[in-house]
Amino acid sequence: MAGNAQDVTPPLTEAQMKARRKRSIALALVIGGLCVLFYLITVFKMGAAIMNRQL
Amino acid sequence: MSDLGMAGSHQAALLSEAAPSDFIALLKPRVMSLVVFTALVGLVAAPGTIHPFMAAVAILAIAVGGGASGALNMWYDADIDRVMGRTASRPIPAGKVTESEALSFGLILSAFSVATLGLATNWFAAGLLAFTIFFYAVIYTMGLKRRTAQNIVIGGAAGAFPPMIGWAAVTGGASIESFILFLIIFIWTPPHFWALALVKSDDYARAGVPMLPVVAGPDVTRVQIVLYTLLLVPTGLAPWLTGMAGTLYAAVAILGGAGMLVCAAAIYLRRDGKPAMRACWQMFGFSILYLFGLFAALLVEKLALRVFGWGL
Repeated sequence: MAGNAQDVTPPLTEAQMKARRKRSIALALVIGGLCVLFYLITVFKMGAAIMNRQL
Repeated sequence: MSDLGMAGSHQAALLSEAAPSDFIALLKPRVMSLVVFTALVGLVAAPGTIHPFMAAVAILAIAVGGGASGALNMWYDADIDRVMGRTASRPIPAGKVTESEALSFGLILSAFSVATLGLATNWFAAGLLAFTIFFYAVIYTMGLKRRTAQNIVIGGAAGAFPPMIGWAAVTGGASIESFILFLIIFIWTPPHFWALALVKSDDYARAGVPMLPVVAGPDVTRVQIVLYTLLLVPTGLAPWLTGMAGTLYAAVAILGGAGMLVCAAAIYLRRDGKPAMRACWQMFGFSILYLFGLFAALLVEKLALRVFGWGL
């Protein structure tokens, strides 16, 4: 049965799937790297004060 | 074909086969390497101290910001990149990345690089980076490039800002010394690019880009190259004359400046055939070496002073 245009999206080709997988991995690495980067920026900005924590 | 089939094939055409390397190519890595190097020199030459980790983050942010402006440039210039041999294999004209992907990529990286630089160092440096991206993408790419033969003269400012940003990351401001570093790259840009434009003038003419050789002719361009080189040599010596740099820098600036004058003279004198082309390529290549030599000498002097206490 014919649906709307979105239902007839052709399946991805092998090349498209491979490219999408690579892009997903790269994006994950970038996002993970950014998390680490901002964490380290915070730590280095606080400097020695990071140890000054009331228990 | 039915409407549904048309819709399906259209959607299939929009599905990207772009690899991460295509997105890296959007950042113009070769230009980025110059941005990184000159920003590093500005950062090391600046008076004051910065934590090495924050310095690395600042360089990364400046590099990504420069790359983002390259992506925005490729997004806007995709139409002319298609007709120029030098740029036809870029990711958008090659059909690997869509224009909207490049635009989103450039905007997101711009925002992240400016925010990261601001959070890691200071907001003056971040503001300067934001202005540099704006200058390259909007003032140069959208405003000047297709309208005036002075496009790369004014647009050269965008490539000249990185050492000022590096300097600002340490000091939180600008000074005459950082402005001198800006001025060296600013005045270096016209003879460097006009040497390339002389060789590629057919490409630029086909794309409708009013580079100086296309609009005013090769003879006028040759005169302009000589004039800008005459201006560049004393500007290259300015860090030494103002006491910002030492003897090593002066030696490189004098020898390199002499080399630039020889290259400019060769371009002026050799106007036909292969010798003329060779003179243009020599100027293009040597000017890169000259700029690298100036900044490398400054970097070595500042590092020797900081690490070993040696005044070179």
